[in-house]
Amino acid sequence: MEEYALIMRHEDGMKVASPEQMQIWMKQTMDWIGGIAAQNKFVSGTGLPFADACVVHANKMVTNGPFGEIKETIGGLIIVKAESVEEAAEFAKGCPVLQGEGNTVEVRKVAKRDGTH
Amino acid sequence: MQQEIIPHLFRQEYSKIVSVLCRRFGFEQMEIAEDIAGDTFLAAAQSWAMNGAPPNPVAWLYHVAKNKARNHLQHNSVFNNKVAIELKNELTQNADTEIDLSPQNISDSQLQMMFAICHPAIPPEAQVGLALRILCGFGIDEIAEAFLTNKATINKRLYRAKEKLREENIRIEFPSLAEINNRLDNVLTTIYLLFSEGYYSVSQDKTLRTGLCFEAMRLCQMLTENPATDQPQVNALLSLMYFHASRFEARFDKNGELVLYDDQDTRLWNWELVSRGGYYLERSHKGDTLSKYHLEAAIAFWNTQKDDTKEKWESILQLYNRLLQIEYSPVAALNRTYALAKANSREEAIAEAEKLKLENDHFYFVLLGELYTGLDDKVAIEHFEKALSLAKTQTDKQAIQKKLDKLGRK
Repeated sequence: MEEYALIMRHEDGMKVASPEQMQIWMKQTMDWIGGIAAQNKFVSGTGLPFADACVVHANKMVTNGPFGEIKETIGGLIIVKAESVEEAAEFAKGCPVLQGEGNTVEVRKVAKRDGTH
Repeated sequence: MQQEIIPHLFRQEYSKIVSVLCRRFGFEQMEIAEDIAGDTFLAAAQSWAMNGAPPNPVAWLYHVAKNKARNHLQHNSVFNNKVAIELKNELTQNADTEIDLSPQNISDSQLQMMFAICHPAIPPEAQVGLALRILCGFGIDEIAEAFLTNKATINKRLYRAKEKLREENIRIEFPSLAEINNRLDNVLTTIYLLFSEGYYSVSQDKTLRTGLCFEAMRLCQMLTENPATDQPQVNALLSLMYFHASRFEARFDKNGELVLYDDQDTRLWNWELVSRGGYYLERSHKGDTLSKYHLEAAIAFWNTQKDDTKEKWESILQLYNRLLQIEYSPVAALNRTYALAKANSREEAIAEAEKLKLENDHFYFVLLGELYTGLDDKVAIEHFEKALSLAKTQTDKQAIQKKLDKLGRK
């Protein structure tokens, strides 16, 4: 069994959602993660709120927000157990982030700590 | 009359005497501690039958136990001084043969015994057996009944567990403050196991079943009474057990058959126990620890509310979502899916259930049967029949058969 990171990408992080809409997304995300955990495939996860974020540039300049020149940003990630990248992709398909036009979930294998890949 | 108080006192005092003596003698002489405690009760039975019970039976027991322990220590020191003097045994240095049976020392000894028995080196099943025998004063036949096995098996299991305590050189002492939280997890696991053993036991002996549960609660209560172990997760576990225990009277009918949650008569629920559960749930919110016991206690709280509100099922669903992230278990996965049906929709729950792949678990098919009931009764019956073929205990089979009968009658 391998571990995969499912990285939730928002095409436009500047879009402001209503508190009601946020609440619905939050519930859907919790249900999505709960469904993965119910299959004993959940490893860990973390949300990445857009508040209290900044970007540090190569020249050590610090700018506001999680957004650089492009508006795309990462909203959170979870790590799951899966037999293959295909199985991990099946989990990703259920992610509520995908309801947003242009949003994506990137699936990446987590490198093993013993140095092998 | 006098004779009747002995079993009650035995349950209450045997474990205290054994814990204090074991702490004094060490696990090397555990059997001697048990013998002295046992002999004390034998002496009580004989003496009280003839002379009547003394005005203060507990003081009488402690006095006799102290004397017997002193005789043993003196005898031992004679042996050590005269016979084995060259062994320069440490026991001889400890000339004090007085046994301290003060409330403080009793409580300390029992807590330390709890930590010793719940040592990670001891297999969980053996921990429960040892806890029942040493901390709760249960007889071998009662333990055998609780585990639905025979006395020989229990004796063997206890014997091996005691050997292990000695081999690992486990000491009867408080873990250091730094280690206490780690070790506490183990203690709580054993207490919860003890409780579940009673709660889900298929033994027909109701007194025994509830006895196991209340012993588990008593041990947990002791932990809340000591500042070092009065931790949020301990209070959460105690709260959880109180909430469950509130349904004792409603869970079995007059014929000893299991009554499922939906069919329970809420008038039989014990609101006194529910409110104590609430009290400890409140206490568990100190600090920022969120253990699985907190989540389970919150779920158990919602289960004391019988009304099917949207809020109830949405809360239960989110609690299970979080519980499963902390610790997966098949039963939590199944319950979560049931809550999903209530909070979201049956169709969604069926799709999720099919991903669980718990095909060896009869509860999995009970869940699918429940979800299909009313949507597609034919499929529901197939699932219940599959569940029936997998169920092992009579109680489970009866419950499933009832569901099939209901569907057949439609």
